[in-house]
Amino acid sequence: MPTVAPLDLDGHVAGVAFLGDVPFFAESSGLIHRLDHGHKTVEAHEGLLSSIRDDATDTLLTGGEDGKVLRIRGDGAVEEIASVPRKWISQVAAGPQGSVAYAYGKTAHVRLADGSVKDFTEERTVEGIAFAPKGLRIALSRYNGVSLHWVAMAGQPVDLEWKGAHTGVTFSPDGRFVVTSMQENALHGWKLDTKPGGETRHMRMTGYPAKIKSVSWSAKGKWLASSGAPAAIVWPFQAKDGPMGKAPLELGTRANIMVTQVCCHPVEDIVAIGYADGMIMVVRFADSKEVLLRRPGKGAITAMAWNRNGRQLAFGSEAGDCGVVDIAG
Amino acid sequence: MTEASAPKPIPVTVLTGYLGAGKTTLLNRILSENHGRKYAVIVNEFGEIGIDNDLIVESDEEIYEMNNGCVCCTVRGDLIRVVEGLMRRPGRFDAIIVETTGLADPVPVAQTFFMDDDVRAKTELDAVVALVDAKHLPLRLKDSREAEDQIAFADVVLLNKTDLVTPEELAKVEATVRAINPSARIHRTERSQIDLTKVLDQGAFNLERALENEPHFLDQDHHDHDHACGPDCDHDHHHHHDHDHHGHDHHDHEHHDHAHHDHAPSPIHDVTVQSVSLRGGEMNPDRFFPWIQKITQSEGPNILRLKGIIAFKGDAERYVVQGVHMIIEGDHQRPWKDGEKHESRLVFIGRELDREKLERTFKACEATPAEAAAH
Repeated sequence: MPTVAPLDLDGHVAGVAFLGDVPFFAESSGLIHRLDHGHKTVEAHEGLLSSIRDDATDTLLTGGEDGKVLRIRGDGAVEEIASVPRKWISQVAAGPQGSVAYAYGKTAHVRLADGSVKDFTEERTVEGIAFAPKGLRIALSRYNGVSLHWVAMAGQPVDLEWKGAHTGVTFSPDGRFVVTSMQENALHGWKLDTKPGGETRHMRMTGYPAKIKSVSWSAKGKWLASSGAPAAIVWPFQAKDGPMGKAPLELGTRANIMVTQVCCHPVEDIVAIGYADGMIMVVRFADSKEVLLRRPGKGAITAMAWNRNGRQLAFGSEAGDCGVVDIAG
Repeated sequence: MTEASAPKPIPVTVLTGYLGAGKTTLLNRILSENHGRKYAVIVNEFGEIGIDNDLIVESDEEIYEMNNGCVCCTVRGDLIRVVEGLMRRPGRFDAIIVETTGLADPVPVAQTFFMDDDVRAKTELDAVVALVDAKHLPLRLKDSREAEDQIAFADVVLLNKTDLVTPEELAKVEATVRAINPSARIHRTERSQIDLTKVLDQGAFNLERALENEPHFLDQDHHDHDHACGPDCDHDHHHHHDHDHHGHDHHDHEHHDHAHHDHAPSPIHDVTVQSVSLRGGEMNPDRFFPWIQKITQSEGPNILRLKGIIAFKGDAERYVVQGVHMIIEGDHQRPWKDGEKHESRLVFIGRELDREKLERTFKACEATPAEAAAH
């Protein structure tokens, strides 16, 4: 039976992550909390907008309303990566060897490990940033598509066009696909490994009743789980052409309660599903078997993260009721 | 576990107006006056806002067309993002003000608050306030469509810099504003000096409140007059008079030539926006709803705003409607009062509106005596 160790914070939690075995909770107020032999807090930002884990360095990267991009280490030490007064940094991404990308307005900036910074300017606002799994390449989502840039090389970007506003972007772990979440209730995908000169293959993943705020690739990238419906919508990406012509799994379906967060397990083909009422379930892809991890709480689940071996799940909510679930009990 | 009740939506005021019309001055007033309320302000540039406020957010105008085949269905992507960020920590402010650039189209700003589900769930568009430079408006109307759109789309117009024009010029400018937008509340101001209760918390898009204190089209005996009745139109005496449009009870008698404009095309050549006010009896809902759907679908791109109160046959409550382009909302508002005349009134503000067709097809939605008997 799973057990929950609760952590009650005051407000909206924008991100959670494990650094080593220590769970971190990034509150939108700008406070970063961690449970490391007791509850410890760092005042990082005057307003925090984004928080992600940098796998390469086992640190947290955050962007704020104060225009700062920070790196938070496992012991709570804070390092400033960039400071752009009066700009909101709502997008940060972690690349290889400690490189960091962040954006405001129409320009994305990539700070490399040696401290040099490269800029990439789009015609429209950069809405989302993702690093490719291999090579120093970034995808920038913007209105009417995605631009792919090689960071170290000058040259024309590859433009992946699709009409509409693309608010978030992710590469599949094998680098064969790029998927965006859109302003409309849809995901859009491009297959990148087409033959030279061949047309880019589009994948339209539609039918959602709400915008998709959360996506998560399963272990080895075989599935892509997504929020935006009263179930986790899980698209199959094992085949050469990804989910083309295939129906998604619908896991953890509830009558009228929307899924707000999804987080695939690091090893098993299971997904943690967080709902608008604060409930969390874990569901197996193979047989849709459900296990309740947490009963409904004070607010919608806004962030979830597994630890490395997949035994613990940290979660945060819009109301600040957070915690860590130990699935082994 | 019982905190499920949705918090009250945060009101949003949109400030429009040409460069130099006085938006920044008004904003500084709003932020510095001692009214006990805290505002988050979304601006395009920090510019000359001299007030120390943590919650001034700079945002680049980012227009999204929605992928639904409708050219007028546009929203502001940057506002969606900023509002979402602000609303994660709602305790910090009581209301949001969006200041647009001088050339901004107010429509995508307003539509954001209707078309984006997340924004709509947490906020409520309160009113669109346009600042107009009394001295330079005639020039603006000559060289830009935006200046006209901003007036046409507004709920409240501040006719600013009145100290820089003669009474005659002012009357003319006000008549122009009135010709473009017969349903807005107009206030004359110098240096954006205004009682803020006339600008903030207007509830102009709230169906329950929107039409309670409309100054103009609801009180008119004559439909379709491009009313230019002058400076006192937001005074109380307006509300209870079934006055005719000659404005005999106005304080300021120097504008009485305005009545000649009624029914005539606007006297200002550079105005392309028109309004069509319709008035009818009790309506048959089975004809009215398909009609308004059809009109807003086919004429949506030409309709900037529409507002109305509809009397349905056999219905004890007033029905109110409002719309922006193709977006239309309607709801029952309140019971008809004793002795209140059950009539239907609707005003369209837009371009290339077919007045004759609108009048004829609106009339055709009226309930017939036979239908009255059937109810």
